[in-house]
Amino acid sequence: MPLNARLLVLLAGTILPLATFAQAPAPKRELNTIAIGMFVVFVLISLGITFWAARRTRSTSDFLAAGGRISGFQNGLAITGDWVSSAALMGIAALIYSTGFDGLIYSVVPFGAWPLMMFLMADRLRNLGKYTIADIVSVRFARIPMRTLISLSSLVFVVGYLIVQMVGAGTLISNLFGIDYTAAQVIIGILIVLYVAFGGMIATTYVQLVKAVLLLSGASFICFAALFHFDWSVDSLYAGAISNHPQGIRIMQPGGLLTDPVSAFSCGLMLLLGGAAMPHVLMRFFTVPDARQARLSVFYAASFIGYFYLLTFVIGYAAIAMVMKDPRFLDANGLITGGPNMAAIHLSEAVGGSFFLGFISAVAFATIVAVVAGLTIAGASAISHDLYANIFRHGKATDDQVVKVSRISAVCLGAFGVVLGIAFKDQNIAYMITIPFTVSSSVFFPILFLSMYWRGLTTRGAVTGGAVGLGLGVILLFLGPTIWGEILGHGEGIFPYKYPALFTIIASFLTMIVVSKLDDSPRAKRERAEFDDQFVRSQTGVGAEAPAQH
Amino acid sequence: MDALHARISRNPAFHALQARRSRLAWTLCAGVLAAYYGFILMIAYAPDIFQKPLHTGTSITLGVAWGAAVVVISVGLTGVYVWRANREFDHLNARILEEAHREPLA
Repeated sequence: MPLNARLLVLLAGTILPLATFAQAPAPKRELNTIAIGMFVVFVLISLGITFWAARRTRSTSDFLAAGGRISGFQNGLAITGDWVSSAALMGIAALIYSTGFDGLIYSVVPFGAWPLMMFLMADRLRNLGKYTIADIVSVRFARIPMRTLISLSSLVFVVGYLIVQMVGAGTLISNLFGIDYTAAQVIIGILIVLYVAFGGMIATTYVQLVKAVLLLSGASFICFAALFHFDWSVDSLYAGAISNHPQGIRIMQPGGLLTDPVSAFSCGLMLLLGGAAMPHVLMRFFTVPDARQARLSVFYAASFIGYFYLLTFVIGYAAIAMVMKDPRFLDANGLITGGPNMAAIHLSEAVGGSFFLGFISAVAFATIVAVVAGLTIAGASAISHDLYANIFRHGKATDDQVVKVSRISAVCLGAFGVVLGIAFKDQNIAYMITIPFTVSSSVFFPILFLSMYWRGLTTRGAVTGGAVGLGLGVILLFLGPTIWGEILGHGEGIFPYKYPALFTIIASFLTMIVVSKLDDSPRAKRERAEFDDQFVRSQTGVGAEAPAQH
Repeated sequence: MDALHARISRNPAFHALQARRSRLAWTLCAGVLAAYYGFILMIAYAPDIFQKPLHTGTSITLGVAWGAAVVVISVGLTGVYVWRANREFDHLNARILEEAHREPLA
């Protein structure tokens, strides 16, 4: 028997005793062993996938775009995996558990990005790009300044998102599995590096796919088991929630989340435009063979994600109805043990017992690992394909070199993620999710949109506007009520709004338009003239490089 | 301009396809944005309407129903676009490319 197979048998052997041990009465241990056992199963499957993928990963195209061989359905699931993190299940359930309807706003509002991405971006992006979003703007603009801006912004995006995921993961995992926070960080870091560095986009895609299926089935089970408990009546489930919750009927109506219209509008626009231009999602358009499959993958992803969000409409309220008054899940003060983030987890135990609780905990862990892997490969592609191959080597790097740099970048990003996760431990990191969304909505979206829709855009306009969007975003977030006011203890922010996106998006678009209009350099004239070529290509796909042929 | 691209852009079928596709995309966009910003603006300006029950005797409020509807509408309209693009636009596009490739380039 080859070593790998023996190792598999050995590891599989250790899970069975764990599972039988789990039947023992001690309640806390029970939870840990089942969850850990199931997580080990997931790790084994995903490492098997990585091993298989590593043997099929030879070229840059394999590494960064899975050789363009993923089907629309598979890719739709993988995109679902990128989009729906544990934060979506546990965070939305927690918000609904505490505030009711306001939590639903977090389900509904980001979803608007999907149709928008489909109608305005998907076809054209697919026809213009190759591996990363920087490829799209390199069609008619100066390569070095554009790629520098986009790849650096991508890294800001990835690192911001990574911190949120890693810190959330550490807290969650130490809560669920009873293992040390630092140990949880290191486990995640090692798995990410294994998946991404060895298996590249192929492994990342399949890991994401497996996790999406697990998460969707787990959430479906919670939802339908809870509904079963209420005789399949959403109405009586909501009625149960209303009678349990201290705020009563108020949990069915908007509360204080978005009371001032500027915040509501700004937050909405940030999620809408930012969500439509996220680099780690858009790069998946290049893993499928053609535009038709790219469209199908967006449709499948939108369906799965929409379905998932509809489940949260039930799960959040079911947690109120079934967990809030159940002494098993409450501490001495009558509050939910482990905080509101545990609402969905406790609900899974309430509807499915300790075995299902273990399953959901393992899925939560797997979800985090997969999302971080997706971010890591997006970061690695920005470093290897954009910064290294196109900027430092002026497009002269060989395939082997690019793959090697991608692998090294993945290792470094994984290690960096662990360091950040440990450094930001115990920080309030919820606000950090506005960093990637602000970058995405004020840098990526305006550049991509104007470059595809407006003949007049020039390199100078795009780079200046993008830099304004990025810089202003960082400054206004820093001076806003969360960082300046709460974290630095000044009480209030110099800038009054939590979500600066409305201002940064307008500033970014205006700067791009004004600077481009004023730009009458010979390069600008050439770039405007090349719009016709780019337009034909973006509409028909003629001349677009098929990712599989490299 | 690239000769092949120039030939495609001289083909009236290309402009017809392009116009149809953008008309569809922008119409659907307007639909989604109306549902979406309707939801957000109601929350910001008229939260009272969202607390009304869907019909008498139910605990499902207008807000919850509207929220679910925004999700369903978004998926539905995405489906409409994909259906038309994959059934109709792709064929027209393939024909345009075929015509452009048929005669040898000068």
